[in-house]
Amino acid sequence: MAEAPAVLGGATTRPVTVTVNERPRSELVETRLLLVHFLRQTLGLTGTHIGCDTTSCGACTVLLDGVPVKSCTMFAVQADGHEVKTVEGLAGAEGLHPIQEAFREEHGLQCGFCTPGMMLTATALLERSPSPSEEEIRWALSGNVCRCTGYQNIVKAVASAAGKLAGR
Amino acid sequence: MYPASFEYFAPTTLGEAGEILERYGDEAKVLAGGQSLIPLMKLRFASPRALVDVNGIGELGELGEQDGGLRIGALVRHTECERSELLHGRFGALGDAAPQISDPIVRNRGTMGGSLAHADPQGDWGSVLMAVGAEVVARGPDGTRTIPVRELFQGPFTTSLEPNEILTEVRVPDPGARAGGTYLKLERRVGDFATVGVAVHVSFANGSVGRAGIALTGVGPTNLVAASAEEALAGATLDDEAIREAGRLAAEDAQPRDDHRGSAEYKRSVVRVFTERGLRKAAEGRSDG
Repeated sequence: MAEAPAVLGGATTRPVTVTVNERPRSELVETRLLLVHFLRQTLGLTGTHIGCDTTSCGACTVLLDGVPVKSCTMFAVQADGHEVKTVEGLAGAEGLHPIQEAFREEHGLQCGFCTPGMMLTATALLERSPSPSEEEIRWALSGNVCRCTGYQNIVKAVASAAGKLAGR
Repeated sequence: MYPASFEYFAPTTLGEAGEILERYGDEAKVLAGGQSLIPLMKLRFASPRALVDVNGIGELGELGEQDGGLRIGALVRHTECERSELLHGRFGALGDAAPQISDPIVRNRGTMGGSLAHADPQGDWGSVLMAVGAEVVARGPDGTRTIPVRELFQGPFTTSLEPNEILTEVRVPDPGARAGGTYLKLERRVGDFATVGVAVHVSFANGSVGRAGIALTGVGPTNLVAASAEEALAGATLDDEAIREAGRLAAEDAQPRDDHRGSAEYKRSVVRVFTERGLRKAAEGRSDG
């Protein structure tokens, strides 16, 4: 497979380098490959879930350069040269991320399917707004659908994580 | 769901993007935020042969003031509009609309220019920009031209843009020193399209209405101008009687249909109520800033 020229030679495959959870990953991908399939199938990072597959539920949310995006509604080639964080990138050498601890302690999940997307959206919120009001939390999470919890404990978990991060 | 295969281009200048569009004609689509186009491609409602990703063209991402109005690059994301200090006061219709578009994650990617070029009759920006009298700049092989947003939409998902043209920016004119407006949207839940949306924008002159802009979402084959309501308001004093009459006329201007979001009669009623509420807000909230 010849390498695609930078601009004018459109091709249906293209080499990309995406920094995923701080590790550069270079792959040759089909241009139509969605970012979520790149993460789950090409890289084997199955923590990012596919829920509705129609840009509605937020289960596939990842951070692109720190900003929550729906990875089912973006092509992998668009992430070339960018940084992606998935749920696998939350925990560090020192253990769980405060948002993960808070979801566990506050029982912010039941089936867990929406949880990776919820936590990534929440970390981006706390980065931008370290002590959000309940309304701000609910507003920020309004693109992430949960069918189990009724959201109460998710909101509590995000507020609790804000406290943990402030105490660090 | 998997989109059909396509040739991908990531130009970094408008000139390069234009060359590719020229080459592929109507077999190419411009990819901005992708929050409408990519779902359509996944459903195979759209299968372009070539995709021209304009996200690398930096000049399309600028938002600023110009000649008392605003200049909004086609790639400015809804989230930036939501947070911008410029989209308030006299431009309150824009600032009020931004946080009501889809959901916060979609707003991080979706763009004003892409939304207009997509021309969904239930798109929110179309009505807002019709109300404020905005125009778009289209760049083609022979240079640029401007198109009033009121002349952009030709039907559902159809615009007057040519296949070799790129929508590069939105220009909102100076509404004068005293102006105000808002956008009211009825949606069943966050992320849904509007059951009904009403954009209201009023410029005041000598205590009366100078120009009134009213446009409707979700009640016609495109975003619709409520022309008879606008005409009745021009030069009028914005009192209770004028507001009620404008609401009645806007409801007549609407072309709603029965669907799963509500009956035509219900939507017409919402247009009336929202037009009245919007005008009351414009009257109270008129801003010099």
